[in-house]
Amino acid sequence: MINMNLYSRGDRAFVILNMVLIGLFTISTLYPFIYIASLSLSSGFEARAGNVILTPVGFTLEAYKRVLAEPLFWSSYRNTLIYTVGGTLMSLAFIIPGAYALSRPQLYGRRFWNLMVAFTMWFHAGMIPFFLNMRDLGLLDSYFGIIIGFAVNGFNIILLRNFFEGIPQSFEEAARMDGASEFQVLWKVYMPLSKPAIATVALFCIVSRWNGFFWAMVLLQDESKIPLQVYLRKVIAELSDDEQFANSLMTASYSFETVSAAIMVCSIIPILLIYPFLQKYFSKGILLGGVKE
Amino acid sequence: MSSDPNVTGPRTEALVADASEALRRRKGGRVQRVGDHLKREWQLYVMLIPTILWLLIFLYKPMYGLQIAFKDYSIFRGVAGSPWVGLEHFQTLFGNEQFLRALKNTVIISFYSLIFGFPMPILLALMFNEILHQTFKKTAQTIVYLPHFISSVIIAGIVITAFSPSAGIVNTVMGWFGIEPIYFLTRAEWFRPIFVGTSIWQEAGFQSIVYLAAIAGVSPTLYESAVVDGASRWQMMWKITLPSILPTIIIMLIIRIGNMLEVSFEMIILLYQPATYQTADVVNTFIYRQGIQGGQYDLAAAAGLFNAAVAFVLVMTANTIAKRYSRTSLW
Repeated sequence: MINMNLYSRGDRAFVILNMVLIGLFTISTLYPFIYIASLSLSSGFEARAGNVILTPVGFTLEAYKRVLAEPLFWSSYRNTLIYTVGGTLMSLAFIIPGAYALSRPQLYGRRFWNLMVAFTMWFHAGMIPFFLNMRDLGLLDSYFGIIIGFAVNGFNIILLRNFFEGIPQSFEEAARMDGASEFQVLWKVYMPLSKPAIATVALFCIVSRWNGFFWAMVLLQDESKIPLQVYLRKVIAELSDDEQFANSLMTASYSFETVSAAIMVCSIIPILLIYPFLQKYFSKGILLGGVKE
Repeated sequence: MSSDPNVTGPRTEALVADASEALRRRKGGRVQRVGDHLKREWQLYVMLIPTILWLLIFLYKPMYGLQIAFKDYSIFRGVAGSPWVGLEHFQTLFGNEQFLRALKNTVIISFYSLIFGFPMPILLALMFNEILHQTFKKTAQTIVYLPHFISSVIIAGIVITAFSPSAGIVNTVMGWFGIEPIYFLTRAEWFRPIFVGTSIWQEAGFQSIVYLAAIAGVSPTLYESAVVDGASRWQMMWKITLPSILPTIIIMLIIRIGNMLEVSFEMIILLYQPATYQTADVVNTFIYRQGIQGGQYDLAAAAGLFNAAVAFVLVMTANTIAKRYSRTSLW
């Protein structure tokens, strides 16, 4: 853009100091992840003694072996996949047609319906009424309850609706001439044109499902149905609340620290795999969602 | 038709008949129009209905259920059948030391988060904007956005591990300087710094995106003429970039203040323990313990309603102030 040579000495000092500070912040963001990864690959004895600083000490895969031998780990991983895939598909099934209908000018009561969606962004009944409602609906301890209970989100609808509204009418004219129905116009014209916006909404759903913890903990008592995050929480809470128990579990090869670090790594890896997409679409999504109404 | 004594004579009656006939025709026309519209556009309503029903069942029905804040709620009688008790639960709350403590903690933690957490992403965005080396900038951004996508359970797990007294890196490093190990997470005085620091660490990078986008929208001609005038980079950042993104900063501040009482209690539930309730327990964690764990649904719902009401007042006030002083507002 602008040539570096143009800068005075003061400018150069400023630019360099700035780079150093950003570099430090970046390292401080990255370090905890490296620490956890190294911990998961270290021997239990070294981890307990606090000898792990940057790289694995006494390299071993025992912690992973211990984690992977636990049936509850696998069932919770499977459940997280079910909630993530099922929940995201369910959300899209509601949100795409809903947002499309709300974007059509000929819809009767359009203002009212839009307001009804927007209001949920500003006011929630809160934790207790929501919980009691789920219980009254018989959705406690149910896969379906988790998947349907969090399917729709006002922010996502409005984001997609705004995107649909921005698509010029001329795109659909040819389809209209051929006598296409609304479903066909949505499917053949709007959805292909809205791939980035739909991808953004889908990624929002995927991340919130993958990371979802609180409501899964509250709504699911049955251990066989809990997702990975609730399982991880159980492991950490059980062991960290009880130092003696944690000590009794320790062997030379793995410890409470290395085992919980190994679970954390297993849970982070899928997020890292989709991270390039996340980065690409999330920043767009945030900006698209400069949502007022 | 009319029983009005003033309306007499055949002429008037004919007029009235005409008018009512016209009205009926028009009404019939409207019904017909709606019918035609539905026949033509029924597909749109088929698309809309699932979303509207979902909102009614999962979000609006709980709003109706919120009335238990004013009732002696029992599971067997249900929401509608439970007797009204007026403001009794609110009176109980304001006589409850735990609730008052939670209220105080909510305000203090929100305040710290605002003071320390709000300027960080702005600062980061300004600094990122000054980096000319594109690869360095991209790499740094990729890394600092990452924690936003990591679940709070894992972030809390990292904190618990790193601050553990025996194995944690923090105590290890303190040991190098001869400082005695501290069991941070059991010490009330350490909870708030750890919690606020963790939230900033997790979110500041990602939140900077909004400001970076605002900076990208600043007209380049401003910088060009400043360069001609011999302005330094520091001056341009301070005198051009910052004032240009001020509207965005104000909008974000309003949103932030409106959500102030929504302290990320999920993270608090993961990090606190009875030993630190003194400084860590906030209104939402209080609601969780009293309501969902303790079964006092009506009292907890009252606490939630109080929280929501205060939040509503906060966002309205912030919006009004912003409108008055800067002509920038949310609505």
